[in-house]
Amino acid sequence: MSSRSAEGGGTGIDRARPLRFLLDGRTYDGLAGDTLASALLANGVDVVCPSPILGRPRGVFSAGAEEPCAFVEITAPRFEPIVPATAVELVDGLEATGRPGVGRLSPDGADAPTADHRHLHVETLVVGAGIAGLRAARGAARTGERVLLVDERHWLGGTAHSSDMIDGEPATAWIEGVATELNDAPEARVLIRATALGVYDAGYVVVAERGASWERIWHVRAGRVVLATGAHERPIAFADDDRPGVMLASAAVTYADRFGVLPGERAVVFTTNHTGHEAALRLADAGVDVAAILDVGDGGPATERARARGIDVRTGWAVAGTDGDPRVRAVHAVGPHGEEETLAADLLLVAGGWNPVVQLWRGIGGGLRYGDDRACFLPDGTGPAWLEIIGAAAGEGLPTVTPYWFTPAEDLSHHYVDLQRDSTVADVLEAVDMNLRSTEHVKRATYIGTAIDQGRTSGVLTAAIVNQAWGAGPGAQGPTNSRPPYTPVPFSALAGRDRGPLLDPTRCTPIHPWHVAHGAVFENVGQWKRPWYFPNDPSENLEAAVERECLAVRRGVGAMDASTLGKIELTGPDVATFLDRLYTNQMSSLAVGSIRYGLMLGLDGMVFDDGVAMRLAEDRFLITTTTGGAAKVMEHIEEWLQTEWTDLRVFAASVSEQWSTVALNGPSARDVLVALGTDIAVDRDAFPFMTWRDGRVAGMPARVARVSFSGELAYEINVPGWYGLAMWEAVMAAGGPFGIGPYGTEAMHVLRAEKGFVIVGQDTDGTVTPHDLGMSWIVNETKEDFIGKRSLTRPDTVRTDRKQLVGLLPVEPDVLLSEGAQIVMQDTGTIPMPMLGHVTSAYRSPVLGRSIALAMVAGGRDLVGSAVYAPMPGGTIAAVVTGPVFYDPEGARRDG
Amino acid sequence: MLLIPCPYCGPREETEFRYGGQAHLPYPADPAALSGAEWADFLFMRDNPRGDWSERWMHAAGCRRWFNVVRSTATSEIRSAYQIGEPRPESDR
Repeated sequence: MSSRSAEGGGTGIDRARPLRFLLDGRTYDGLAGDTLASALLANGVDVVCPSPILGRPRGVFSAGAEEPCAFVEITAPRFEPIVPATAVELVDGLEATGRPGVGRLSPDGADAPTADHRHLHVETLVVGAGIAGLRAARGAARTGERVLLVDERHWLGGTAHSSDMIDGEPATAWIEGVATELNDAPEARVLIRATALGVYDAGYVVVAERGASWERIWHVRAGRVVLATGAHERPIAFADDDRPGVMLASAAVTYADRFGVLPGERAVVFTTNHTGHEAALRLADAGVDVAAILDVGDGGPATERARARGIDVRTGWAVAGTDGDPRVRAVHAVGPHGEEETLAADLLLVAGGWNPVVQLWRGIGGGLRYGDDRACFLPDGTGPAWLEIIGAAAGEGLPTVTPYWFTPAEDLSHHYVDLQRDSTVADVLEAVDMNLRSTEHVKRATYIGTAIDQGRTSGVLTAAIVNQAWGAGPGAQGPTNSRPPYTPVPFSALAGRDRGPLLDPTRCTPIHPWHVAHGAVFENVGQWKRPWYFPNDPSENLEAAVERECLAVRRGVGAMDASTLGKIELTGPDVATFLDRLYTNQMSSLAVGSIRYGLMLGLDGMVFDDGVAMRLAEDRFLITTTTGGAAKVMEHIEEWLQTEWTDLRVFAASVSEQWSTVALNGPSARDVLVALGTDIAVDRDAFPFMTWRDGRVAGMPARVARVSFSGELAYEINVPGWYGLAMWEAVMAAGGPFGIGPYGTEAMHVLRAEKGFVIVGQDTDGTVTPHDLGMSWIVNETKEDFIGKRSLTRPDTVRTDRKQLVGLLPVEPDVLLSEGAQIVMQDTGTIPMPMLGHVTSAYRSPVLGRSIALAMVAGGRDLVGSAVYAPMPGGTIAAVVTGPVFYDPEGARRDG
Repeated sequence: MLLIPCPYCGPREETEFRYGGQAHLPYPADPAALSGAEWADFLFMRDNPRGDWSERWMHAAGCRRWFNVVRSTATSEIRSAYQIGEPRPESDR
């Protein structure tokens, strides 16, 4: 069994600082500096969790992020769904449970730790603080550059603890020296417990740093990124190669040297290269009895040193399989001539060769080549100019390897390749038998490489088996690509503080506090909070409130906060010319003081936005946009002015939030305006429909516009934003005697639908022309050009069977159609049947006392008077096609 | 995330910008004179090369100016940025 060495040792632990922790409810002792894995090995724990699919017992296989076996859920000090025990820093009171396969969310709903995001600019970022990374960071720091060095582990030096001397100094002293020098360099920063998740364009690297009670995401822009990510040792496949006690040879060295842990008592080493021999010697020094070294090659010079230590070194031998329950107790060895021998051992160390850690390198386009001597995939030097890869990650110091991937056997179904997926050599060969050639396809067939470790120990091995099976050279295909994040990162860390109310900015009008105080129910319109309806009391539902609000506007007067409408002021000598090109109709002929409704199209001829244009002066217009379209209309205007019509002298400025707008609608609107007190002449001849006037209203400077989205007599009172709330309160006070009430967006939608006014984005969807809407009257065909004009004569846009805007009256007046319902011509029949269109708006009209709907129906204008049907889950709804205007089609009400 | 060299503000994060597609596609002087096929070509058809090409960007969260960028579609490396109305830099062709 494994145990903590009584003889001392362990450069990374503090034997004076014991820690207590739990695995699966049992208490264990560990030491400061331990990982959970090293502490478990110190306690003789063989099995950490069952394997995910077959439930085979699994123990600690590696000593780092490449771990494919020992996964745990951490419940204290804070919840982590699934992490390898080899990458968990031990803390006092840690509680863990073996958890194979898939993690789960915190069962008690515990919230994630605080996560902040920071941005950092450096000349040089070094990823990996092994010997190569420390040297690179020190070199950069000495030039005075801004330097960042990150490492995923909780210590500096990587595996340097297994080096005796570095640059003539003992390893620990050397690491200490570099750390001190970096600490003293004013522009250098060192982060441990910090994983580079991914390397992106132009030196952008995302780093996740773990704290005791927090997470931090660093967004780093580096002029130069140096990857010193080292190399991972890889396994060899043989029968029952997943048994606890089978471990990567280098991991055993790390446990012995860094943590003072002997991962077993009697070891067999199975190696393809000299590092297996070196590992055997170090473990022998640490007190492990090395029964034998089985080298599939000819051994090389290290053989002699091992033999000199009295170790039984056999060249040309391999491991065929293991026995044990569950831990390894016997190793079945096979000789060069087929001779078989069983060796007693509780530890089987595998040294299959080394894979440079090139995941980050590949992720940003770094190329790979196969190195025959080292039998691995190495960076080929191609890639972005700002990216470097050094040290073992670039193949430096990696041993010459006798390529050997799995021990041949008749039955390969217990030769595990991806231990985290329980996938075997047999599975890979089965995929090849299905004629899969690409490792990417084999991955999808076997799931190899799809687990948390993304195939760190299995990828190259799988590629080699596929290459061999197809009779291709060992480097014909490399492993499948892995993707960021390099190791899993909590979503909560990526989200940072952008959660809950901070997820997205909230925009409120200056009148908002009144709405809140009066119990408005809000809806989100883009980022805006708009009152949806104003219940009289909390028991009044949407339908009742909307009916009341609509009837108030039709019979008396209502007021709506219209401040969210987009507003853009355009100035300059060429402004009228520009607007003529922007809108489908003529704006240059508009008189100062007047207002005109306009449609904007995209270049494809489809309706893009709508609103009104007020001419403030010869060279000055104020246009409105839909609430949700304000930003895109501004961008549209800027784009045309900057990229195409650069000769036009026009400035555009967004003034949406400079103005607050109170829309006063209803037969009594004029009475309320008069009651407010105004110096504007308000009678119908002095202040006609579609004009605006500047003046004072209720003592405040105001611009009043006679525009109506309800069809009723209406005044939109615009005041500078900071007067908004005061004007609203004045309107409510002055309107009291006339029964004024506020109304929300739902009533506004009903009122406009009764009049057949479309809402861009509700009744249109980017595939609708003005002609489809029955709005040919607004398309000025005689204008030289406007945006989208040419597209209106494309063969597709002149089809007569295009979907057209129509009204629908359900045959049962109490039945409400559903927005989105499909329209067909048959009430019964075989499904599928031709779908002619869909309902875009559907409401109960209080003033009409029945349900109404707007719909886009193919050839709809020719169907007026016909019956159509909307099949719904509760039964088919019959409706009669009408024109889209349901109320006051002659427009008799707009002047009061 | 790209680092885009706005000609007016200097290098800024990609998230500050709006993408504008292929550059140097001027609006036709007389759209009405174009055949349906010619108009459709202008409206819908775009190049899709592997390698350097010119594309439009707008610094939406900065100066709000449109400009052109030569970028490799193969590596995402940006070769140059230049103002609207300027020709694509010769050296980058």
